[in-house]
Amino acid sequence: MGRYVIRRLLQMVPVFIGTTFLIFVMVYALGDPVAAMFGDRTPDPATAAQIRESLHLDDPLWSQYLQYMAGIFRGDFGTAFNGTPVAELMGSAFPNTIKLTLVAFAIEVVVGVGLGIVAGMRRGRLADTGVLVFTLLVISIPTFVTGYLLQYFIGVKLAWAAPAVSSDVAFGELLLPGIVLAGVSLAYVARLTRTSIAENIRSDYVRTATAKGLPRRRVVGVHLLRNSLIPVITFLGTDIGALMGGAIVTERIFNIQGVGYQLYQGILRQNAPTVVGFVTILVVVFLAANLIVDLLYAVLDPRIRYA
Amino acid sequence: MRGAKSATWVAGAIVVALGATACGGGSSASAEPGVVRANWGDPQNPLEPANTNEVLGGKVLDMIFSNLKSYDPKTGEAKNDVAQSIDTKDQQTFTIKVKKGEKFSNGEPVTARSFVDAWNYGALSTNAQKNSYFFADIQGYDKVAPAEGKPTAKTLSGLKVVDEHTFTVTLDEKMSTWPLRLGYKAFAPLPKTFFSDHDGYLAKPVGNGPYAVDTYDKGKQMKLVPNAHYTGDDKPQNKGVLLKVYTDSNAAYADLQSGNLDVDDDVPAEQIRNAKSDLKGNYLSQPAGMNQVITFPLYKDGWNKAGMEKVRKGLSMAIDRKAITDKVYNGTRTPATDLTSPVLGVANGYSKDVCGDTCTYDPTEAKKLIKEGGGIPGGKMTISYNADKDSHKQWVDAVCNSINTVLGDDKACVGNPVGTFGDFRNQITKQEMTQPFRSGWQMDYPQIENFLTPLYATGGASNDAKFSDPKFDALLKKAGAEPDVKKATDLYKQAEKIVLDKVVSIPLWYQNGTAGWSDHVSGVQLNAFSFPVFTKVKVTD
Repeated sequence: MGRYVIRRLLQMVPVFIGTTFLIFVMVYALGDPVAAMFGDRTPDPATAAQIRESLHLDDPLWSQYLQYMAGIFRGDFGTAFNGTPVAELMGSAFPNTIKLTLVAFAIEVVVGVGLGIVAGMRRGRLADTGVLVFTLLVISIPTFVTGYLLQYFIGVKLAWAAPAVSSDVAFGELLLPGIVLAGVSLAYVARLTRTSIAENIRSDYVRTATAKGLPRRRVVGVHLLRNSLIPVITFLGTDIGALMGGAIVTERIFNIQGVGYQLYQGILRQNAPTVVGFVTILVVVFLAANLIVDLLYAVLDPRIRYA
Repeated sequence: MRGAKSATWVAGAIVVALGATACGGGSSASAEPGVVRANWGDPQNPLEPANTNEVLGGKVLDMIFSNLKSYDPKTGEAKNDVAQSIDTKDQQTFTIKVKKGEKFSNGEPVTARSFVDAWNYGALSTNAQKNSYFFADIQGYDKVAPAEGKPTAKTLSGLKVVDEHTFTVTLDEKMSTWPLRLGYKAFAPLPKTFFSDHDGYLAKPVGNGPYAVDTYDKGKQMKLVPNAHYTGDDKPQNKGVLLKVYTDSNAAYADLQSGNLDVDDDVPAEQIRNAKSDLKGNYLSQPAGMNQVITFPLYKDGWNKAGMEKVRKGLSMAIDRKAITDKVYNGTRTPATDLTSPVLGVANGYSKDVCGDTCTYDPTEAKKLIKEGGGIPGGKMTISYNADKDSHKQWVDAVCNSINTVLGDDKACVGNPVGTFGDFRNQITKQEMTQPFRSGWQMDYPQIENFLTPLYATGGASNDAKFSDPKFDALLKKAGAEPDVKKATDLYKQAEKIVLDKVVSIPLWYQNGTAGWSDHVSGVQLNAFSFPVFTKVKVTD
């Protein structure tokens, strides 16, 4: 097990370097950011030259990348154009996004798995059809539509919740955005759980357990669920990263100053350090979540062993 | 019934969740009494006066700084503010006397040195200040900011401190209207802490204006309170302003509608149509010092050869400005009648009719002119725009449509999107444009000169068309040397006529500033820069 983890951690190094380099190249390919800093006005040549020099824009790409990476290992993620260190932006953005992700994740797991169990256990009946239609509806409506609709009706019209999250980002305020963010994934989780449960409920071990006279709660809760959740866990693991990085739309709609918002501003202002820095952290989150998922397999299914 | 039971539980959980959200919402809505809550965004640059060239930082600087001059929110007229007097005998050397007893919010007195040091800092190229070109007319600028190489001087030779409250400014050339620009924030005075503790200053800027920064939580909010040391006429009529950073204009608008925000000067375009009824009349829209034009690349033979003047005029007449501003913009743009903006007022050079028939929609005459001039070069034209922000696509398509309908050819004009704004501007400055492109001008100070010299003078900093006309340049020079500001403005108007006659660019429309406010406040108005005049906002409870 320990050796497996070390091997996986070592594999992360090339993945990490490769992804950061790709992102760096892509942001670089957007072109010279200096011209955009002056609005519709032609930059003063002396000032533009000065800014280019301070951002190392005149150096070749590989040199810029090396300087950037060297900075990262010293804990220096560079500065945004308004002079704020990117590390400081991360310090304020990540807690907000993590809070939102936790809320969305909890909703996704509780509601998604719950609906999946209901539907899978009662396959072909009304409850099953209901869940299928509901999830189809959720999957087919884009997040920004549900976002603006819920914001308008629940936030503005009914005034049950504040339509925009305040700068304190309290957990209570995050429920509405959490529901919106969780929506699509929740539908996938429900469908995955349903299929898996429906399949396993007819398997031999469930019949054996029932024949042994085990209480139904134990049959479903321990025997059936534990085996049926493996595909769901895989999905949930990768989804943590997707929730954190994919909150751009939700964060903008509900005024949450998190990772998505900083990334959006970084892209709009062509600020390479912001974009690369945030995506780098997201890459690490993705890699770590994947590793944890793989390790969880062994917990759920004792037949799986890592060496 | 097990399944049904769990379904009930799930439904119950959702209800509880929503209920909890409602509680969360209720508690955050309360506001401090007497404080105006206003929409804001993260400024693009550090909050230095000479480095702020966009509206988000500008909004703060407008509140925390008083300049030598200030502009009347209604007429745009420039009046002395911190300046006691600004005198000149030869239109080239100006003697500026600063009012005595003015103080920064940290108690430090405002002196002649506060201005001279600030301007020298702004001009020096190693400080990389984005508004440095504002000091380009002052003697010695080529030494502190040479186009190439390192600066050979640290200070502008044209700035001299005479005594505690007096300094002189010498310009490279005569320019009688020069003092009118001194209301622009790049010319703000700076306290000593700006130079001695720069990081501390950026964390909490100090100015001499009606408001002082109380707390600044970067990227989240800024709390401003009335400046206790302020002695000017523009004393705040409220107990402070809370600027809240919003991720999106729609989020701010939603907060405005539900009473969590008081002043929103960035009503999203898609809400404009409903804003009046949504906000129960608490909404205003008025022209701003911003216009939109289509510029021709006169450095390309195709658009510069003989007869093209007629084609360019014809194209201008083929655009139905009224229909586009109504349909695409719901009236938040006003069709252009000159090259400036209505916020200037007639006194500063705005004109209701100088563009004449060039800016009037006339399909038959337009078609005739384009034909007489030899038609569109190559038979086809494109209008380039940046596709990443401000949704230019809609109006460019509408303009092309208008031109195509007039010409009876639906392939004559098409839009040409450029991915990013940076790339778009780079193509323009490197003269790589072969076809007309959009450009906009946001005024720095309300005076016609600001709409002409940078844009159309030979070698002008933002002369994107590379237009050059000796008669035009001569008129600008003559206007600069004219001691009487009114006569100088008339000369600038004559120069404007030359640009319009040659149709260097097609004036389209003036952009409007918009503002919506809650029932919690009253007296909201916008100034010439489309910033809300916060000092005049009253809070009612």
